[in-house]
Amino acid sequence: MSGPNLSKRDEIRSYATGYGFALALTGAAFAIVHWPSFASITTLAIVLGLALVQMVVHFRFFLQISFRKSASDDLRLILFAALIVILMVSGTLVIIFNLRARMM
Amino acid sequence: MTASDIRHAGLNLGDTDELTHEQAGRALFGFWVFLMSDAVLFALLFATYGVMVSATAGGPTPALEYKILPAFLETLTLLTSSFTFGMTSVTMKRGASRRQLLAWMGLTLVLGAAFLGMELHDFADMFGDAAYPTRSGYLSSFFALVPLHGLHVFFGIIWIAVMMMQVMVFGLDAPVKINILRLGLFWHFLDIVWIAIFSVVYLQGLIR
Repeated sequence: MSGPNLSKRDEIRSYATGYGFALALTGAAFAIVHWPSFASITTLAIVLGLALVQMVVHFRFFLQISFRKSASDDLRLILFAALIVILMVSGTLVIIFNLRARMM
Repeated sequence: MTASDIRHAGLNLGDTDELTHEQAGRALFGFWVFLMSDAVLFALLFATYGVMVSATAGGPTPALEYKILPAFLETLTLLTSSFTFGMTSVTMKRGASRRQLLAWMGLTLVLGAAFLGMELHDFADMFGDAAYPTRSGYLSSFFALVPLHGLHVFFGIIWIAVMMMQVMVFGLDAPVKINILRLGLFWHFLDIVWIAIFSVVYLQGLIR
């Protein structure tokens, strides 16, 4: 694979690979909740971990982002958005849960 | 390394249409900015949901309201529609027959509509259980987050229909191709938001 000029078979294979991975990860996440075999906190951690992996799979195979070949503006924007998301979501959760713990 | 070795997000036209490929890089970057700002908006609604999920005010709880089978079927439908949109992009790029292109787009549209139908059915069930947005903080945040994704899918469906008409009326000229590339980014992005929804909202609510 080099540059944007892939063959048609490579392109179809990329989408099919992404689809296969996505189905497997989704199936695993639903299965582990439907047939619980771990403590609930472990299950939650596994589900969130699988979701993170699946998001990476979607970015890689469906949105076709790659660290080596994508335009640096696109990558910088993804990293910036990820930074904002992590800061705001974790900040919100930490502050509000802390506040709740103090008020209870 | 020339400019055309660097890839924009989504499928690249590359050497199948050099001229449009040059324009697409700039055109798609603007759309990429919109998608990332939309991602931040969704992330904040997820944070709100995470804070509110235990605030059920004695009303319906997540474990009572969510059902695993519909959530699973909705996920499969949306995932499959992401794959069929991938095939739409490849068909468009490789200049296959217009009928083939319209068939993949139509299939994506039908899958999107099926997803939306199932989701609305879920919401109707929840309303039937008196789980409406004003009942509790948990339900307010649920109905702010999940239907917003549904609304995106709804506009995605309209956009697919519009693009099918543009393909029929204008054929595959540069603006139509670039619009289909944009629509592809939008559709795949919605699937990524749904991953977060089925994991954080549905599966988290159903863990025993």
